[in-house]
Amino acid sequence: MPSLAGLFFWMNRKIENINKITIAKPLKLDCGKTIKDFPLAYETYGKLNENKNNAILVFHALTGDQFVAGTNPVTKKDGWWVTAVGPGKAIDTNKYFVICANVIGGCMGSLGPSDINKETNQPYGLDFPVITIKDIVRAQESLLDHLGIKKLLCATGGSMGGMQLLQFCATFPDKTFSAIPIACSSSHSAQNIALNELARQAIMADPVWDNGKYFLKNTQPKNGLAVARMVGHISYLSEQGMQEKFGRKLQEKADYEFSFNADFQVESYLRHQGSSFVERFDANSVLYITRAMDYFDLSKQYKGGLVEAFKNQLTKFLVISFSSDWLYTTKENKDIVIALNASGADVSYSEIETDKGHDSFLLNEPEFLKTLKGFIDSMYEKFKK
Amino acid sequence: MKQEFKVIADLLPNNSRVLDVGCGDGSLMNFLVKEKNIETRGLELDQNNVQECIYKGLTVIQGNAETELYQFPNQSFDYVVLSQTLQAFYKPDKVLNELLRIGKSVIVSIPNFGYWKVRTSLLFFGKMPITKTLPNTWFNTPNLHMCTIKDLYNYCEDQNINIKKVIGVNENNTSLIKRKNLEIKNLFSKLGIFLIG
Repeated sequence: MPSLAGLFFWMNRKIENINKITIAKPLKLDCGKTIKDFPLAYETYGKLNENKNNAILVFHALTGDQFVAGTNPVTKKDGWWVTAVGPGKAIDTNKYFVICANVIGGCMGSLGPSDINKETNQPYGLDFPVITIKDIVRAQESLLDHLGIKKLLCATGGSMGGMQLLQFCATFPDKTFSAIPIACSSSHSAQNIALNELARQAIMADPVWDNGKYFLKNTQPKNGLAVARMVGHISYLSEQGMQEKFGRKLQEKADYEFSFNADFQVESYLRHQGSSFVERFDANSVLYITRAMDYFDLSKQYKGGLVEAFKNQLTKFLVISFSSDWLYTTKENKDIVIALNASGADVSYSEIETDKGHDSFLLNEPEFLKTLKGFIDSMYEKFKK
Repeated sequence: MKQEFKVIADLLPNNSRVLDVGCGDGSLMNFLVKEKNIETRGLELDQNNVQECIYKGLTVIQGNAETELYQFPNQSFDYVVLSQTLQAFYKPDKVLNELLRIGKSVIVSIPNFGYWKVRTSLLFFGKMPITKTLPNTWFNTPNLHMCTIKDLYNYCEDQNINIKKVIGVNENNTSLIKRKNLEIKNLFSKLGIFLIG
């Protein structure tokens, strides 16, 4: 279970020295409320070239942040996508200028429920407005203006990052030359809503949560948040991958303890994932971001459904799915391809054969990374012309 | 580029829109894009081939033509190309119908089982033929529904599929095939290329 030291770290972590812009322009949210003068935290890697045609925007997933590559300055751990982004990597920062912003509702510097509500002088907690993927994406558009980028070479993202990307392409059809949605969906499935609800209920069932007011006591519903993270981690693996990785192996012991301690390696793994998560993430942020994912249904936003959403797209798409991903299945990814095809868009699709489940997009999967690199490099050659 | 692709490329007008079903490593598409300014899309089953196409900057969808042609809208391409794969499907007739639904015209090429070497192999040796265009043995061949140029010609007529042009290929020689020279061309062509629809 999470250590006190870890908790101390969360409350005192230094997130002041990170790049931020203040977005003055009022943003009317889907829920009807308006936010303005809010912070949007971001990070960039590599250099924007003179022609400003080598920019790649990355959208992060549910528990990600803007620290894609290198070392995350807050957690001191590797950036969440170091397998794909960095010097000489598939998304080569020697060649490309990579941008990632923290989502609003998050907890790494962009406006979120742990920020101070100027009206009450206390953290928002549940007074934070319920946000949507569309709100998240619209909040990020100003960042491109700030960086002086008219059109991106490419935009990409996996999981919730892919959902943001689809929204981005639909809302701003001329902002990126190419797009790579990875392991995502155009509308959140019943199973995914159910899993998110399980995560939320775990947090809300923790008495420390206190209707989202735990910040008054300078604490976190760490038990509930850890369980929420465990649910997530189960869904990111595949049955076969989990069996191969853990099987029935015991955790540093010869036999059962006849107790409820973590006898099995898989238990120990989940507990570790849970406890390290509470040190870097805010419980209310999980509630808000999972809600945004659940509300995501791109076809609902357009009268003619998904085909209409992608109408008049000049963006060149590459959709990627993973064969053993049961969270965002090949079928769901293919539905995106079919809609893009039906709307006449330029779309490629590849299903990567792997037993690593949904997590595959974060791992060192050679076939996946090769495909990523091949597409981006060939798009750059075309975009330059 | 192999002779078959040259013949197919010649059949395709510049600036048209082409779907290459079973596009392999994208050689044909690459040629069409660069030399004829044709807008291409590929459908390919094999992961490595898909990657090759993506490296070349070609648009390709990984998938099985037998089950996944439904995703392409009606008449959404000027031409659909299917090179030497028709005989490998479980239901070649269904696939052919799908191709005709998607493309305004369809180009289908088949290895000709009526070619004289194939016939003599079976007649004189009593063994399933192994040739350049049919390199596999009976137990590992992907070809489930072998046919001859004559078979496909008759099939198109029976199904009221409009035959626009049929070309017989033997090494570097090509010749037009019509109803009146069908018997002889069926004997001396290794490959038949049909422009239909």
